[in-house]
Amino acid sequence: MSTILADLNYWVTVFLLVGGLYIVVAHGNMIKKLVGLSIFQTSVYLLFISPGKILGGTAPILDDKYTLYSNPLPHVLILTAIVVGVATIALGLALVVRIHESYGTIEDDDLTDLESDT
Amino acid sequence: MIAAHLPALQVVVPLLAAPLCAILRQGTIAWLIALVANWCAFVISIALVLQVRELGIISYELGGWAPPIGIEYRVDLVNAFVLMVVSGVGAVIIPYARKSIESEIPRAQRGWFYTMYLLCLTGLLGVTITGDAFNIFVFLEISSLSSYVMIAMGRDRRALTASYRYLIMGTIGATFIVIGIGLLWAMTGTLNLNDLADRVPAIEEARPVLAALAFLTVGISLKLALFPLHLWLPNAYAYAPSAASAFLAGTATKVAIYLFFRFFFTVFGGGGFFDSTPLPEIIMVLSIVAMFAPGVVAIFQSNIKRLFAYSSVAQIGFITLGISLASEPGLTGALVHIANHAIMKAGLFMLIGCIVFRLGSMRLEDMAGIGRTMPFTMAGIVVLGLGLLGAPATAGFISKWYLAEAALLQGLWWLVGLILLGSVVSMIYVGRVVEIAYFREPSEKVAGLKEAPLSMLIPGWVLVIATIYFGLDTTWTVGIAQDAAASLLSALY
Repeated sequence: MSTILADLNYWVTVFLLVGGLYIVVAHGNMIKKLVGLSIFQTSVYLLFISPGKILGGTAPILDDKYTLYSNPLPHVLILTAIVVGVATIALGLALVVRIHESYGTIEDDDLTDLESDT
Repeated sequence: MIAAHLPALQVVVPLLAAPLCAILRQGTIAWLIALVANWCAFVISIALVLQVRELGIISYELGGWAPPIGIEYRVDLVNAFVLMVVSGVGAVIIPYARKSIESEIPRAQRGWFYTMYLLCLTGLLGVTITGDAFNIFVFLEISSLSSYVMIAMGRDRRALTASYRYLIMGTIGATFIVIGIGLLWAMTGTLNLNDLADRVPAIEEARPVLAALAFLTVGISLKLALFPLHLWLPNAYAYAPSAASAFLAGTATKVAIYLFFRFFFTVFGGGGFFDSTPLPEIIMVLSIVAMFAPGVVAIFQSNIKRLFAYSSVAQIGFITLGISLASEPGLTGALVHIANHAIMKAGLFMLIGCIVFRLGSMRLEDMAGIGRTMPFTMAGIVVLGLGLLGAPATAGFISKWYLAEAALLQGLWWLVGLILLGSVVSMIYVGRVVEIAYFREPSEKVAGLKEAPLSMLIPGWVLVIATIYFGLDTTWTVGIAQDAAASLLSALY
C-alpha cells in the first residue's frame, strides 16, 4: 500500500494514459475521441512534472544556503507541451465542425458508410 | 559571418516567412515568399552539407547557451543529407504549386496554404537539425499540425475525415514519442541527444530506458507509417491538394525515418540495444510484411493517388528493412532510398496532380488512353514508376542494390528473393496504370484533353530527370550516404 502511495503520481499517470487511449479507440463520436486524446496528453504532463519536484526543495538558486532544489526544466517543457496540446485539440474541434457541416454527422460508423457511398 | 549561423537560418528563414504569408494573405505574393524562403533553405542545406564534409560535425549553440544546458543544433552528415532532401523536394514542388493550388483551393485560402506549407517545412527541417530531444517533439508537432491543415484543404469532403484521422493517429504517435523522451530525461537528467548517447549505455539495464525505447519505437513508427500503423496515410495523401500530397509523400515520413536512425544508432547506439533486444527482428518482420501487404492492396485501388499512397507504405518497408539490417550497406541503402523515394514519389504525385488538373478526376478508369493526349505527363509517370520497381539506370535500382547487398552480407539469401519479389509487386501496380493509360481507347473526355501547363510539367520532369540522373551518377546520394552510415555505426555524433 505504501509503495502505491509513494508512486501515486505515476499510478495516476498510467491510469490517465490508458484511460485516455481507451476512449480514443473505443468511442465512435469524434468529440469524445478528442476528449480521450486530451486526457491521454494530460498524463504526459504529470509524467514530466513528477520527477521535477523534490520535497523540501527550493528554486535553483546558486547560493551556499540552498543545497536541495527542484528542477525547473519540466515546467518549461510542459508549458510548451500544453500549448501544443491546446493547438491540437483546437484544430481537431475545428475539423469536427467542418465535418459536421459537410456530412451532417460526427459518428465514425456513419461517416464510414457515407464515404463508401460516394 | 553568415556561414557560422547557417544551422539557425535553416529553420528561421521558413519560420519567419510563414507569418509573412499569413499577414499578406494574397495568393501570388504568398507563393513568391514561399518560393524564395524554400529556395534559401535549399541553398543553406547544400552549404551545410559542404561544410560538414569539409570540417566535420557542426555544433551550433542556440542563443549562445552552451550544450547540454542550452539547446544545440547539431549537424552531421546524416541530418545534413536529410535536410538537403527535404528542402530540395520542397524547392521543386513550390514552382509547381502555384497553378495546381489555383485550381484546387479557393482564392481566399491560398495565402493560408503557403503559410501552412512553410510551417510544415520549418517543422521538418527543425526535427532534422536539432540536437535536443524535446525540440524534436515541438518541431514534429509544428510540422504535423500544419500538414493536417494542408490535407483538410483538399477539395473532396473526405479530405476532412482523412485529416481528422491523421490528427488522432499523429497525436498519439507524438505523445508516445514525448513519453519516451520523458522517461529518458527522468533517467538521465538530460535532453541533449549527444549527452543522452553518453549516459544511456551506463543504465541500459534499467527498465524505464527499455520502456523509453519501446515508446519511441511505436511513436516514430506511427509517424512514419510503418505497417500496420499506416492506416492514416492512404486517405491523407489521396484527398490532400496535389502539391501537399507531393510534399508530404516526399518528405514527412522521411523525416520520421530519420528519427529512427537518430534514436537507434546515436542515442541507443552505444548500449548495444540493437543486438540485445528483439527490436531488429520485429522491425524486419514488419518491414517485410509492409513490402507486400500494402503493395497488394495498391494493385486493387481504383483511385490513382490512393494507389501510390499504398505504394509509399510498401516503399517505407524497404527503408526500414535497411535499418533493421544495421550494417553499413543496409544503412546506406536505407538512406539512399530516403532520397530516391522522396524524389520519385514527389515526382509521381506531381505528375498525377497534372492529370487531376486537366481531367478533374482521380479515378483510374477515367484515365483510359490518357497516354495519347498527355504524352509527357504519362511518360514521366512511367519513368518514375520504373524507378519505384527498381529498374536499372533509375535511382530505385541503386537503393535496392544496396539493400540486397546488405542482405547477402549477412547470408540472408531468402531476403534477397523477397526484395526482388517486392519489386515484382510494384511492377504489377505500375503495370496496371500503364495498361490503362496506353492500351485502352481514350474516352471522349480524355481525347479532348491538352497537355498539362509547363509550369507544372517542368518541375515534375525535373524529378523524372533526377531519378535517371541519380541512377547513373551517385556521388551526391551514395557518396554522402555511405559516409553517413559509417558515422552512424561508429556512434559518432
